[in-house]
This record gives sequence, structure tokens and C-alpha cells, in this order.
Amino acid sequence: MTLHVEHVTKKFGDFTAVDNLSLIIQEGGMHGFLGANGAGKTTTFRMILGLLDPTEGSVWWKGKPITYASSPEIGYLPEERGLYPKMKVEEQLVYLAQLRKMSKGDAKREATAWLKRFEVPHYGQKKVEELSKGNQQKIQLIAALLHKPSLLILDEPFSGLDPVNVEMLKKAILDFQKQGATIVFSSHRMDHVEELCDDMSILDRGKVVVGGPIKKVKRSFGKQKVRLNVDADLSSLSGVAGVDNFTKTKEGAIFQITDERVAQTLLAKAMKLGTLRHFAVEEPSLEEIFIAKVGKYHA
Amino acid sequence: MHSFWIIFKQAFLTKAKTKSFIITTVIVVAAFFLLANISNIVAIFDGEEPEENVLYVLSEETELLENLQVQLALMETDIKVVPAHLTETELQESITEGTIDDYLVLTRNEQLIARYVSESANELGSGNEIENAVQAIHTAITAESLGLDARQVDQLFMLVEFERQAVSESSKSQEELSQARGLVYVLIMLIYVAVIYYPNMIAMEVATEKSSRVMEILISSVSPVKHMFAKIAGIGCLGILQMLIFGTAGYLAIKTAGTDLTEGIFSVMGFSEVKISTFLFAVLFFLLGYFLYAVLAALLGSLVSRTEDVQQLMLPMMILIIIASLIAFSGITVPEANYVTVSSFIPFFAPLVMFLRVGMLDLPLWEPLLSIAIMLVTIGVLGWFGARVYRGGVLMYGSSQSLKDIRKAIRLGNKK
Repeated sequence: MTLHVEHVTKKFGDFTAVDNLSLIIQEGGMHGFLGANGAGKTTTFRMILGLLDPTEGSVWWKGKPITYASSPEIGYLPEERGLYPKMKVEEQLVYLAQLRKMSKGDAKREATAWLKRFEVPHYGQKKVEELSKGNQQKIQLIAALLHKPSLLILDEPFSGLDPVNVEMLKKAILDFQKQGATIVFSSHRMDHVEELCDDMSILDRGKVVVGGPIKKVKRSFGKQKVRLNVDADLSSLSGVAGVDNFTKTKEGAIFQITDERVAQTLLAKAMKLGTLRHFAVEEPSLEEIFIAKVGKYHA
Repeated sequence: MHSFWIIFKQAFLTKAKTKSFIITTVIVVAAFFLLANISNIVAIFDGEEPEENVLYVLSEETELLENLQVQLALMETDIKVVPAHLTETELQESITEGTIDDYLVLTRNEQLIARYVSESANELGSGNEIENAVQAIHTAITAESLGLDARQVDQLFMLVEFERQAVSESSKSQEELSQARGLVYVLIMLIYVAVIYYPNMIAMEVATEKSSRVMEILISSVSPVKHMFAKIAGIGCLGILQMLIFGTAGYLAIKTAGTDLTEGIFSVMGFSEVKISTFLFAVLFFLLGYFLYAVLAALLGSLVSRTEDVQQLMLPMMILIIIASLIAFSGITVPEANYVTVSSFIPFFAPLVMFLRVGMLDLPLWEPLLSIAIMLVTIGVLGWFGARVYRGGVLMYGSSQSLKDIRKAIRLGNKK
């Protein structure tokens, strides 16, 4: 009962948008896609949805290919937001849910509940074009999950939202996951992926450069940071074996190391130099991993 | 099927509820009633200000004046002959001032010489009637001087019997033709408007859904092909509804007009003897023409990213329709011409041209049936092809707006 993407390749003429991409997303999991613009995220989503057929490979959801028969189980928030500008919000939500085979009555009830949850209950009778961009986005998200899909695909769900609304939508998405939905989403905000996801993939030019559970990704990245706050000049420590990088800070320095044992050496040496105020071995952020993995291709 | 009906209903209802649709319908219906009652309306205005049609005549012979008045009366005109007591220069001034419309100078030497003066030479005045009257006086005078009696004059001017008869079996008699012509003309006009108006509506709808980006949600829920055909069917029903409203309004307008319209002008237009088959063919060709062009329009609409570009891509299609209408409207006087016959089997022209032939000629049944079959096949092929383009086209965004994009769209929508 999972989403399988097996060796999927998509070519547009000579251009390879997605190159031999494979991944498995467990049911009830939340998977984050990271990637620069044009890395192949949207194309991958379109192939998962069956909007585009892969040049090679296949996609399976619960052991079956995704077709229009599975439409009621799938929810989609496209990267390019789109709703009928002249249609009333409620009418629109009901129409889109009906296309996913939800009954009109259920759709109406759910739409009212969701609008209330997003603190915009009075928008039901307004036209979409009258709403602000952020509020349109809320409506767009409601449209994606109103019919209670078991697989929810969100392409950049938080772009263009203010922090308060980002929190509101994040919470809604997490709650939706708790009800058992499998969620795939893309972002170029690393912190969102880090906060929400169990698993992630970094895409670059159609290939997965890093993928798997976030913890494992971080550990296998091999690079850690040691933060030392000492009342002394630490520049002499930059030459210690195993230190890749040395950055001075106001209260001490940050050392980039490849081996955890180097941290102990650094600690021992630093204590001899002066009074130690702070010592920490920090995991790399996804941002650093992303820059290290993707940035070097662009260099 | 469930989602088909939902899209169908949505396409139908949202369009039917738009202000533009309601206003257009109301205006056209109002125009029908206005046209049907035009003679009554004109009569009201005529009754309110009876205008004296006075012709000032400068002539030395009062006999000529009397003759002219008699002739004009015989010709059933309301022109009143009044001897002018002014000089010619004064009369000309009066015309420039606008106090009189025209005057006539009549002199007799060897023959009758008449000079008709009005404000401008091309004015639709009473010039023709006056010329005929003067001609008649001249004839009478000449006949008198030649010593012919009235019977001989009558014989001289007796009209020949000139009847047109056709040998071709499919041709209708002259009388039938002129009767059919008016009705066929009106119906071709309706089909012509319908195949422009409703397919354009579809192209705009598709382009709007694309430009507002709601399309991607729609086609991730329902297959693009189903979406396309549901939309075409929905707008098609809207078209039928509108045509029904127009038809009923037109019928009621004629019936309630108060004047006996089945005689008068309308008998010339063939409304008195309406053949049911003409109407049935009109509905059939309306539907076929609509579907043919609707599929084409949906295909073209799916290629553009902005509604502003729709008209540009629709141009080739509009040209096809315009050519079809030119053939049909020119063929109405020569329905048996070769180019009409040939083009009635070309699918894009057939809705108008074959209907013209069916309406104007007594065709063997196989001809319209063959044409209908050709159209059905074309609709099928276009539907299949259009669906493929549509599938890729709706995912395509960019500044592109040329027919070359069809290839790109097919590639994008391709299986491999």
C-alpha cells in the first residue's frame, strides 16, 4: 500500500526532464521534494498523476497504475495556482469535489467546515478574484483535499504566504496526514521540508542526488559543525587534521569537520587555550546539504 | 459518465446565467418582434404626419400638367402636380433652402423634353416614377399623332409572356424556388451565425480555463477528452436552447404582428408554405456544423495560454467558415452550379452549402446522406485528433501561439 515510482524517465525531445527516478513512499508518509527551478519536480508530479506518461518506467499506487478511475483518491495542488476567477468560492469547491466523485451535499458540508477552519467562513459567497492571493491559496488547498484523498500531491504549497498563514496551512497538512493520507510535496524552502517530512529527495537536473529519511541523509552527509565559544583566539586550531573549514564568530569559531572524533580533539585543544563557554556538535541543515550537493554542479 | 454530466451542467448553466448571454437573447428576441411589426410601426408614424408629395412643374401648357397628374395617379403614386409660379432660379433657391424637394421643367417642341431637378442626382426621389409618367404621356401623344386608336396602342405595349421552365429534375419550379429562397436564406444565416458564435465560445472557455490555470486541476480529476466533449455538448445544448428561443420568438412575432404577414413580403420569403423537411435538415446541419467547428475550436483553444491569443489562432477556422458562407450565399441564386455541388461534399463547407442545396433543390436522398456521412467521419477524425492535441495542449504554457504548436502538443500528450 505504497506509492512506487520505478525507474521513471521523461524526455521532451532531446531534453531529459526526469532521469531514471525511483522512490518508494510508504502509506501515511510525508515526502518532501527539494530542487531548484527546473529540477524536474513538477514533471515528476505530473507523471505520478498520470497527466504525462513517462518515457520509461512506471508509477504504482497501491499496486495499480494511477488512472482517472483513481481520481477520487487523489488530491492535487498545482504549482501554478488556478481557480475560476468569476465563480463563487463555495460553488467552485463543490464543483471541483464533484469532479472527484464526492456528493454535492458532502462537498458543501466539508467546504463550510474547511472555510471555517481557515478563518474565512464568509468567503463562501465571494468570487475568487475578490480574494487576496494568500486567501486564494487557502481555497486552492481546500480544493485539493476537500474530497478526502488518500494521496495528496502539493506543488509548492507555501509559496507566497505570510508566516501566520504558513503555520495554519502546515498544521492543516499535518492533521491531514494524521488521518492517514500519504502526502508528497515540493518546496524550495528547506526548513519546511525539514519540519514536516520524514523522507526527502533532492532533485537536480532530473536526478535524485540525495534521498531517504532525513536523519539518515544528515548522518551520511558526513559533515558536521563544531561550535566552540572560547575566550581566546582559535585561529591556531584551523590547522588541526580533519578540519575542512574554519569560520571565526564573535564569541569563538565554527569548524567544519568530516569525522566526529575530530570534535573531541578540537574540544581538548580549545580547553587549553582559554575558558570554554559553549561546545556543540551540530548536524548539517538541509540547506547546507542542498548547497553542497546541488551547488557544486552549478559551479 | 457522472463527471461528464457535471462538466456538461457546469458549461451549460454558468454560460446560460451570464449577463452577456441573457442580454444577447433578449435583444435578438426584441429585434424579431420589432421587425415583424415594422409595417405597423411605420404606419403609426405615417399616420401622424401625412406628408404631401408635391411636384412643382414649370410648363407653358396646362394640358401637359393635367396629363401628368392623370398618369401619376394611374401609377398609384401620391405625387401631386402643382404648377409653379416662380422662375427657375427662384425654384433652385427654394431647393437649396429646403422648402421644396424637386421640380420638373416640361417643354414640347418636336418631342417632349423634361428636366427633373432635385437636390442631388443620386437621391432616391420620385425621379423614376416621373420619368415613367412623362414617357407614357409622350407615347400617348405620339400614338395620337400617328393616328393609332387606343386598342392599337394597347397591342403595341402588350407584355410578352415569359415563363421560365427547368428541365432538370432536381430543379424546383420558379415559384417554388422563390418561395424556398427566403426561408433557406434565413436558415443559412442562422447556421452561419451558430457555427461562428458557439465554437468561439468554446475556444474562449478553454483558453480561460487554461489562462486561469484551473485546467491542471480539472484534467487531473477528469480525462481531458471527457472534459472536452462534455464542454462541447454543454455549449451545444446552450446553442440549441438559444436557437429554440429565437425560433419560438420569431414564430410568435409573426403570428402576433397583427398584420397578415403570411401574405405580403413574407410570402415572397417562403414562410407561407414551410416544408418540415427543410427545418429538419436545418437542425441536422446546424448540429453537424456546430460539432465539426466546436471540436476544431476546442483544439485551437487548448493551444493558447492567454485568452488574448484566441482570436489569432481562430483565424484559419474563421476563414473556412467565411468561404463556406460565400459559397452558400452566392449559390442561393445558382444552386445547381458546379462549385456549389462540389463544395457541398467538402466537410467544412457542407453544413452551409449542402443545406442550401437540400433547401433549394429536390435532391436524391443519397446526396445529403453522403455529405452527412462525410461530416460524421470528419468529426470523428477531428475528435480523435483534437483529443490528442488537447491532452498535450492544455499542459503547454508559453508565449507560443502558432499552429506549429499542434505538433508540440501531440508530442507532450503522447504515450511515449
